[in-house]
Amino acid sequence: MSQETTPKHADAIALAKTPTGVRGLDDLTLGGLPTGRPTLLCGAAGCGKTLFAVTFLINGARDYGENGVFMSFEERAVDLEQNVASLGYGLGELVEANKIVIDHVHVERAEIEESGDYDLEGLFVRLNHAIDSIGAKRVVLDTVEALFAGFTDVSILRAELRRLFAWLKDKGVTAVITGERGDGQLTRYGIEEYVSDCVILLDNRVEEQITTRRLRVVKYRGSAHGTNEYPFLIDDRGISVMPITSAGLGHRISHESISTGVPGLDAMLGRGGYFRGSSVLISGLAGTGKSTFGAAFINAACKRGERCLLFAFEESQDQIVRNMDSVGIHLKPHIEAGLLRFEAARPSLFGFEMHLARMNRDIEDFEPKVVVVDPISAFRGPSLEIHATLVRLADICKTRGITALFTSLSSSGELMDENERSVSSLMDTWISLKDHEANGERNRLLYLLKARGMNHSKQLREYHLTDNGIELVDAYIGAEGVLTGTARLAQEARERDASKVRSQGIERRRREMSRKRASVERQVADLQAELETEEAEMRMLIEQEEAQEVSYADDRSRMATRRGLKP
Amino acid sequence: MSHDLDGNRISPDKESEDMGEYTDAGYYNLRLYVAGQTPKSLAAIANLKHICETYLAGRYTIEVIDLLVTPTLAAGDQIVALPTLVRRLPPPLKRVIGNLADTERLLVGLDIRPKDFKPT
Repeated sequence: MSQETTPKHADAIALAKTPTGVRGLDDLTLGGLPTGRPTLLCGAAGCGKTLFAVTFLINGARDYGENGVFMSFEERAVDLEQNVASLGYGLGELVEANKIVIDHVHVERAEIEESGDYDLEGLFVRLNHAIDSIGAKRVVLDTVEALFAGFTDVSILRAELRRLFAWLKDKGVTAVITGERGDGQLTRYGIEEYVSDCVILLDNRVEEQITTRRLRVVKYRGSAHGTNEYPFLIDDRGISVMPITSAGLGHRISHESISTGVPGLDAMLGRGGYFRGSSVLISGLAGTGKSTFGAAFINAACKRGERCLLFAFEESQDQIVRNMDSVGIHLKPHIEAGLLRFEAARPSLFGFEMHLARMNRDIEDFEPKVVVVDPISAFRGPSLEIHATLVRLADICKTRGITALFTSLSSSGELMDENERSVSSLMDTWISLKDHEANGERNRLLYLLKARGMNHSKQLREYHLTDNGIELVDAYIGAEGVLTGTARLAQEARERDASKVRSQGIERRRREMSRKRASVERQVADLQAELETEEAEMRMLIEQEEAQEVSYADDRSRMATRRGLKP
Repeated sequence: MSHDLDGNRISPDKESEDMGEYTDAGYYNLRLYVAGQTPKSLAAIANLKHICETYLAGRYTIEVIDLLVTPTLAAGDQIVALPTLVRRLPPPLKRVIGNLADTERLLVGLDIRPKDFKPT
């Protein structure tokens, strides 16, 4: 066998799988449901079993070219179509196009008298006919256990169901069989005994009045699969399952830094902004402008032409747009340009995990470069769960190279509370916004608690929310502590005065000095002049002396001549 | 016993009934669904014929439908179990499933009140 044809690992020879088209589920089952085998989908009432099954068929018919048969034991075809229409499924069109056959099996015990031995061959005939009529590859039996209510002879039913599942396997169709959750077992009548290739459990739990849907692959014969419980979401865009998050920390990192939208903050960070793909936490008390920082970041990203997704948990889209207009951050053009999308929902609408599933779905849909969650503190609950949720969200963003900015409302003036401490380790950059109250006014201060991989400023800075966005000013830090606002202005004025006085003194001394220099220079000139005068007089005297000397000599010579002496 | 599995009528010996009798309150229009000539199917046909002859002589029609031949009919009459006997007339629609070996249940299921039959 050549190297090329040798399977690299077990997956290459693993059983064939049929994709469900349900986001996340195909990831955690590593490809989908086992092809040509029945899969049991069980869960309590209202878990979304039927919807899951319909999704499986619709995706198959629409996206994978595999027709399907839906055998309903509970709902009539018309009801089924109407029910799933609200989720954006056009089941009726697929039925008309002969891609899906819906067969409603109705068994009314009151209408039926049993006389002697029987079997369920009629069901087989119907199913076989439906499969053959459109060449179906996918079959859904929803909920086959309803038959137990229609017939008295359980032993016949069990034998027939066993035969049915074996028949489905022989037929080579990928079947989904739904079953109602029973006490102490997966299904009410224990049909998991017969369908043992793949079992998926759906769950719908209510905790603190909030419902969370969860999915677990209980078993999957012949395949690896994700074993955890994964939250899933049913809304107008169908079903999506929260995928497996990266277990390791293997995501690629970027050295590129992107602007925070606040020039002063870019400078403080030392690298000109946040690292792309990093997680940023902005924490602070109410009214410190956390959302504004988020909006400034979005504004900067949109101006670079990057798509941004804003998850708002406290304000509506219009409210945010209006409020940000007041500080000179205009988001409306970005929304109109399709660069910015809002996803606003109350935190109490779902549990954390449902929110997470929704956010994940939106991120996959919109493929943003920047995600802002405002605020994460809106999630109330055990910090362990919040932490788990945020870890997953941060992971999702990091694996996709998305820069995520989270705002968090601090509950007190303390450095960090429990929630903040639990998320702080996730964050690459943490900006703390503070309120400083003194001299009858409140002022806003900002400092960088941490910025991984950046030589950032350690300074406490005051900032203003102006008509043109956020502006950072130097905070006064002196012997009297941090001064902000008018106190800082007063202090600055005092300092200006003092420096004026000092500079005036220097000037005076300088003038004195030059005057002194001038007077000394004058004195020197005087002395010089005196000296020169004296020198001149001296020369005159010397000349006179010499002249006299000459005349004396002449006189003596003349006198000697006169006396008759020889010269 | 002469019967045919290809969806044909098995009529009683008197072949001279006209359509007027079909709507008669005492007239039974029965349809038996089977799938192939299995022992269960054959037993059901035999049992039904016997009962009809015994209690409904002269006022019944039996239609045997083989779903292996005409599978589309299975969904229309909501057939799940086989064999299934459907009483189409007189109304209301009634169903009996099984090989019809249990005569008591069959009579109850078909709601048969024979005119001149008195249980002894």
